[in-house]
Amino acid sequence: MKRRDALRVLGLSAGAVALARPRPVQAMTPETDDPVAVLVDTTRCIGCRMCEFACAEANGLPEPDGATEPSPDRDTSTTQWTVVKGYTVGERTVTVKRQCMHCLQPACAVGCLTRALRKTPDGPVTWDGGKCMGCRYCMLSCPFDVPRFEYDSANPRIEKCQLCSARVARGQRPACVEACPAQALLFGRRNNLLEEARTRIYTHPDQYVHQIYGEREVGGTSWLYLSAVPFEQIGFRTDLATTAYPLYTKEFLYAVPLVLTLVPPLLLGLRRGTAGAHEDEDEGGQP
Amino acid sequence: MTPAIRFTEAAPGLRQEFRRFVPFLLAELRPKGPVVTPFNAITAAIMLTTAVLLTIRFATGLGSITNLSQDVPWGLWIGFDVVTGVAFAGGAYVLTFLVYILRIEKYHAIVRVTVLNGFLAYLFYAGALLLDLGRPWNVINPIIGNSFGVSSVLFLVAWHFMLYMMAQFVEFSPAVAEWLGWRRVRRILGGLTAGAVIFGITLSILHQSGLGALFLMAREKVHPLWYSEFIPILFLVSSVFAGLSMVIFEGSITHKVFHHRVGSRLAATHDDIVFGLGRICAGVMLVYLFMQTLVFVHQQRAPFLATGWGAWYLLELVGFVAVPAGLYAYGCLRRRLPLVKAAAAMALIGIVLNRLNLTVIGFKWYAPVRYVPTWMEIVVTLGVISAELWVFRWIVNRMPVLDFAMGHGERSTARPVAARSAA
Repeated sequence: MKRRDALRVLGLSAGAVALARPRPVQAMTPETDDPVAVLVDTTRCIGCRMCEFACAEANGLPEPDGATEPSPDRDTSTTQWTVVKGYTVGERTVTVKRQCMHCLQPACAVGCLTRALRKTPDGPVTWDGGKCMGCRYCMLSCPFDVPRFEYDSANPRIEKCQLCSARVARGQRPACVEACPAQALLFGRRNNLLEEARTRIYTHPDQYVHQIYGEREVGGTSWLYLSAVPFEQIGFRTDLATTAYPLYTKEFLYAVPLVLTLVPPLLLGLRRGTAGAHEDEDEGGQP
Repeated sequence: MTPAIRFTEAAPGLRQEFRRFVPFLLAELRPKGPVVTPFNAITAAIMLTTAVLLTIRFATGLGSITNLSQDVPWGLWIGFDVVTGVAFAGGAYVLTFLVYILRIEKYHAIVRVTVLNGFLAYLFYAGALLLDLGRPWNVINPIIGNSFGVSSVLFLVAWHFMLYMMAQFVEFSPAVAEWLGWRRVRRILGGLTAGAVIFGITLSILHQSGLGALFLMAREKVHPLWYSEFIPILFLVSSVFAGLSMVIFEGSITHKVFHHRVGSRLAATHDDIVFGLGRICAGVMLVYLFMQTLVFVHQQRAPFLATGWGAWYLLELVGFVAVPAGLYAYGCLRRRLPLVKAAAAMALIGIVLNRLNLTVIGFKWYAPVRYVPTWMEIVVTLGVISAELWVFRWIVNRMPVLDFAMGHGERSTARPVAARSAA
């Protein structure tokens, strides 16, 4: 092994480390510890679907079909970022507005290799079409199966709720919250909304299950839900852990710089150790 | 027109060299055997169909020819072409480790064909990733640096694919220089090999495991018999015997089809090489089974064994890992070539099962509607494989790949025997 080979390898590795060193901690932590959030009180929701119409209007999406009744089969789509689902639990009919949960540490944004999906400083998780390459890793990663992909377009977009990030930046409330006639949706800072949700549970202990969905699930979400019936009966996944999704790949990513810096010298040493008689041989085999 | 001319020997001879070079290249572009063969007819038909299908796909979107959905964003093209294909291409990094790091000379004779295979596999199967991208024109974004998603495993995999392809090209480039008769270039490129090998092995360790790490965030979607936090390590270890099994399997075909191109050295030692690789496979598969057992206990998977998924899981690990491991060990001990080849084929099936179980079959295992690829997705996959085989054949029939002594710094003067296979 010649010295210049050694230097070459070390130089290459150093370059690769500089390029590929992961910084997951910075990338996955929201910049504010009190992001904007929405509290959904499903006991107040009347299933009028005004939020759907307001959402479509605010985001330039086609107007939803007004005749559809809320049902468990309804789901968000490329043209509908939010839907009201309906469930029959006992004698009770429960209607639930669903959309992107805007996780505090979103799997989609941490998995996005172009940073097209991004956790904005104030909390909304937004999509940038100029960066997205359409790999759909966000769809694979999202624990709530939120991102939607336009499979029937030659120029497909990822469609999902952006928490009206432009309106929020202007100091306005999201369109759906503004349109809700039943005060089922409450917009504010997440910590305040958690206080409010707990207060409602304490003051009306018989009206609610004693859980705020989104408080801890997948490390916490910006959309918080209150319910009178167990959440799994109204279409929520209750088997999700409280671990934030970026943590699942953190250890692997932390191993990357170690492997990149430690393996090349190890291989160099091995190669030198086995040198012996073949010192000058090159790729071709025979000298 | 060819910048490569600059590298040739002496400046005064440039024009002369150029005059020799162009006819040589034109002659080399011509097919070297019968053009109308059953293999050519079938693969050409598949590739033509693929071209039509891809035109439709890029004109009207992925939904037009695939069964991908909002629930299943990754299908056959990722699960088989990319994830399985890259495991199969793992032979290149293992072989270069044996030959250039441990300097086990026995394997030197097959290192070129293995690196070529690995390089083409990455080029075509990782290239198939582009077909699956919805907005492929943005593929350059994480590379040129206007949007580094450094926290993403996919970012790492993308970079490593690209860098590793370059490293593999450098590893193979002496063969190209020999083919062209560029002695000085050949000498320079030969000096780069060690560095490229060390860099390449490091990159391989990271992206072989990285492909598995992609699924770490699909924790609630993959069947618990295949999900574990140890996926990256299992992927890395299994890529060793996946790659070597592919070397054995592909070698047994190559040596029949390209019989006329096999050098005397390789012909004499081929069986020894296969038995040596078989022994390594047996050992690595035992390690892999041990790790799988640890994961099985650690993840408390026992309750799932009684289900249909459990039987499927046992079929994969016992039928297509433990059994071929035993076959490898026995076949190498008794020096029975057919047994070792059968073991290689079974081990490859085991890898296909494992990768597909994680990425496609066991993904959203609870969903009422399952993803099944369309015939069009399968044809495109076959089309990609066909294209790779054509390029492989073209190179093997021209460059000193299977016969080392043939091209040492010089273009061979003896024209090879008429090929059994064309193009």
